[in-house]
This record gives sequence, structure tokens and C-alpha cells, in this order.
Amino acid sequence: MSAARRPPIAGLPAGLARDRDDGLVAGVCAGIARWIGVDPLVVRVATVILSLANGVGVVAYVVAWLLLPAELSGDGAGAEAEGSRERAGELALGVGCITFGMLLLVRWSAPFFPDTLVWPAAIAGLGIGLALARAGDGERTRWRALTGRLPGNPAAALRAGWVPWLRVLAGAGLLVVGLGTFLASNGALASLGVIGVSVLATVLGGALLLGPWIARLAGQLGRERRERIRSEERADMAAHLHDSVLQTLALIQRHADSPQEARSLARRQERELRAWLYDDRRPAGEDGAPATLAGALDRLADEVEADHHAIEVDVVVVGDCPLDPGVEALVKAAREAVVNAAKHSGSPEVSVYAEVTGDRVEAFVRDRGKGFEPAAVDEDRHGISRSIVSRMARHGGRAAVHSAPGEGTEVSLTVTSAPEPAG
Amino acid sequence: MTRVFLVDDHRLFLSGVRAELAGRVDIVGEAVDVESAVEGIRATSPEVVLLDVHLPGGGGRAVIESVRPTHPDVVFLALSVSDAAEDVIAVIRAGARGYVTKTIGADDLADAVERVREGDAVFSPRLAGFVLDAFAGDLPAGAALDPELDQITPREREVLRLLARGYTYKEIARRLEVSIKTVETHVSSVLRKLQLSSRHELTRWATDRRLI
Repeated sequence: MSAARRPPIAGLPAGLARDRDDGLVAGVCAGIARWIGVDPLVVRVATVILSLANGVGVVAYVVAWLLLPAELSGDGAGAEAEGSRERAGELALGVGCITFGMLLLVRWSAPFFPDTLVWPAAIAGLGIGLALARAGDGERTRWRALTGRLPGNPAAALRAGWVPWLRVLAGAGLLVVGLGTFLASNGALASLGVIGVSVLATVLGGALLLGPWIARLAGQLGRERRERIRSEERADMAAHLHDSVLQTLALIQRHADSPQEARSLARRQERELRAWLYDDRRPAGEDGAPATLAGALDRLADEVEADHHAIEVDVVVVGDCPLDPGVEALVKAAREAVVNAAKHSGSPEVSVYAEVTGDRVEAFVRDRGKGFEPAAVDEDRHGISRSIVSRMARHGGRAAVHSAPGEGTEVSLTVTSAPEPAG
Repeated sequence: MTRVFLVDDHRLFLSGVRAELAGRVDIVGEAVDVESAVEGIRATSPEVVLLDVHLPGGGGRAVIESVRPTHPDVVFLALSVSDAAEDVIAVIRAGARGYVTKTIGADDLADAVERVREGDAVFSPRLAGFVLDAFAGDLPAGAALDPELDQITPREREVLRLLARGYTYKEIARRLEVSIKTVETHVSSVLRKLQLSSRHELTRWATDRRLI
């Protein structure tokens, strides 16, 4: 924790702090929202509504700004808020009720503003909140994907399915009702023509005045967000390099007297780093195990090289497909073939080539080692080739072993993969 | 001996290659970035340039593009640790006659230099894999492509697959019962298609990375 942070003020609830990372002005609303466990927008709308009631909201905001310690989001408290997210709807309702109550209270004690202004404004505010809110559980993730951390962006809402649509419509309806009520209560609906023009002129003027400023502000926010993403990426990369490359370099120094081991370590690291740098098309499954053929073959090469230091496994994959039982059997059979080559061929290199064409997956494991006479009795090698063949046969695939003394060995494996599920 | 120019921004790697190739080829010069490479190649007119794919100042591609108009006879062989298909293919399309990875052994490297000097194409298994990927699948409907350039023949595909499986030209020739010269013709033809076709732009890795 940074020393620059102000110590918590006595009597202040733990965890209540401003959230400068998520905040728009000083992070007061975002901080309170995080503490309660609702969307910042709920608190923001409540503040704005209260501001209409004799400016209570503004005063409360400034007081909170002075009282609450600043804190960046994302340390510990974030997880807490995540847990209470299921109750976000109820909590938002609660905040609404409190706002409503305070509104009544203010209206009672200091009736500066007429009902005809406060109530329509409250309804219109609710409408705006509804239209811009990004809450909603399954929806939230979609929103995240669409807008990053930008608060409400109606244009994006239109792309996110019918639920946001509905909400935007309902919100707009409430807004219109609020404005209509305001106009009607002033008896202005009759002379709407004149007032309409003047309102329109005011709105246009406001837009002209504030437009550039808002645009600049949005640009600045975007820049800051990009900067933040970049620094996060940099930290990720540093962490990765530390965990992998630096560790491996240290290991290699310690194994300097064993060239085989040092070489295998270097190769392994090379493959890993290369996959990390260039290959984002080899997704991993839930437990970190590879989820596709290409990933599984890379892993195979790593593992065999780690066990048999004298061998180099060169993997080339054309196309890719998800692992199903048939493809998994092919990978296992390929592994047996590679291990076999590492143990017996005497060749320093094994090539693994796999190709996915339509629903057919083929793999070839080839070495340029001493080879063997398939007919001759060599129980060890024979046993292994038999086990490869029968493993493939069990999954509706085929395997063939070609070898001749001095010519090296090639094992070819074929499997017809189950059709990929649509989508 | 073949006159060879080395271009690589890693001096350690340069000196390693120089030591390995000493006595097998005549190394006439070396450079560590695009500018000095272009100057050096123009000054020494080597037969073959061993060219790193990634270089400060525009990459190997920039070297080829600057040198080719003035010295069309210089042959380039790309040498890289890069595994990114689009980087490698970009250098090949700029005019390199082949691509080998930096882990290649000294004998194979000397052999590859000799082969590109004679006008053959040199495909490592990995490059063969990239090319198969680039020419995989059916042409998208409505794509205005040249069938002559944008498709490889079944025979060429067969040769590429054997290359990807780690076969040498000699082994491929024996297996397909043709002469080595025929295999070389197929490989050169694939190289030409790769350089002239726009097919590679439609491959998965190209669209994934929004190159088009």
C-alpha cells in the first residue's frame, strides 16, 4: 500500500473510499457504488437528482470528496463487489428508495423548488439512468466486450440484442413523460409551439457550447484508457519474461556442463516464447491443457524433449482442429512414435507433420535414424508399432509404419474427426 | 566459392554463421541494418545474401525491395527465428528464394546457399507448412483470382507435404519416382505462385491479423 494514501478517518466504514480509476470527476460516486455493490451509474443518477433538490447532491458530493480517502480500484475490494453483484438489482432499488426519501425530506423542509420542477426532473433522471445503465447480469459481460469501461453508450446498446433496446426505449419514454409533465404542469403545453422552438434553440446552443469540450473530454478519457491498457500489457510481459525466460537462462547457466540438457532447455524455452509471441491461435483449455491439435502436438514435443535430451522434435502443423477422442488418440499414438524414435532410431531429429483437411486429420512422424526391417524379429519395436496400430484402430483410424534398415522410420496416422459442432 | 553477404542485426549470430561457413563460401561482407545492408550489397555485388527477416529499419523485405531494381541478379535466402507466417511470407513475396530457420545445421546451410545460387528454391519444412496453409481450402465464391496462380496442382501439393514431413529433395524424388530436377521444378513453380498470387491474402492467418 502506498504511503501517500491518507489514513482512514476514524468512524468511516472500512472499504469506503473514492475510486479514482473508475470515477468521472473525483470518483466519489464510483467509490460509494463499489462499497454498496451497485453500478456507479445508480449512485451518479441519485446524486444528480438530489442536486436538483436545492443542490443537496452537490453539497453532499463535495463533502464526500473532502472526507473520503482516495484509493485506486482493484485491490481486494473489487472481489468483494464482484460477489455482491448478484444482489446489484436489489441494492440499486435501495439506493433509489433512499434518494426518493431524501428528496421528500428536502422538499418538506425547504420548499424552494416547486413540485412541478422536482418530480418531472426525477422521472426524467430515472429515464436517463435506465437508458444508459449497463447493469443486468448476463448483459454486463456483453457490455464489457462492447464498450470496455466507457459508461453508457447507447449506440453500442443497439448492437447488444433486444434487452438493451427495450431499456433504452423505456428510458426514453420516461424522459419524454418527465419533460411532458414539466411542460404540462406549467401550462406550457398549450403554447408548445413557442416554447418548443425556444427549448430547441437552448438545446442547440448548449450543444454548440459544450460539444467541443465534451469531445475533448472523451478523447482524453480514451487516451488515458489506452495508456492504462498499455502499462498493464507491459507489466504482463515483464511478468512473463521473468517467469519463463529469466528462469530458463538461470537453469541453462547451472547446466552449462551438460550441453544436451542446456540445449533442450533452450529449445523448450524457444518454442514456448515463440508460441507466446506469435501464436494466439492455439487456445488452451480450462486447466491449461491444450485444446487443439496444434497445441497438443507442441506440448508433446516439449515433453519428449524434456525426457529425452538427445532428440529434437520439429513440429509443423497445417490447419488446426479441436481435440476430440479420435484426435486425442492420434496425438497419443504420435507421442508413442516420437518416443520410440527418440529411444531407438539414434537420429538427433524427429519431424512431426500434421495436416487437417476437412474432417480428416493426418500425422506423420519421421526420423532419419537407423530404421529396422519390419519383417525381422525386434520385439520391442514391433510391440510398439502394434500398440500404435491398435490404438488408432480402436478410434476408427489407421496407422502404418514404414521402415527399412538405414532408411529411417516413418509412422503415418490418420483419423476421421467427428464433424465440428456448428458455431 | 559462392560469394555471400550476411545481414543480421545480432552480431553474435553473424559471427557464428561466419565461423560455420568459413571455408565453404566466400563471405564478402556483412551488415546489421537495412541501410548498411543495401549499401554493402550494392558495393560488393554478392551472389547470395543471407538475410534476417527482422531488421531495424524496415526488415529483410525492405532490403530486397531496395536492391532488386539495381541488382536483379543477387539472390536472397531468408534466415530467421521468426515463426510468424505473415513475416516469412512477406519476405518470400518480396523476392527471397527460400527460407530456413536459424537452427539449421552448418552443412544444410551451406547446401541451401549453393542451391539458391543455382536458381533453386529452398523450403524448410516450416515454410512448406506455411505455404500449404496459404493455399488451403477452396477459393471463396466471387473472389476474382487467377486460377493459374492461385491454386497449386495436386503434384505440387504432394511435394510440399513431403517437404513439410521432413523429406529432402532426393528422398522426395525417390518416393515419387521422378528426377530431383522435377522436384526442383515443382518447388520453383510453387515459389513463383506464392510470389505472384494474391491467394495468401485470403488465408486464415492473414484474415486473423487483418492484413487485408
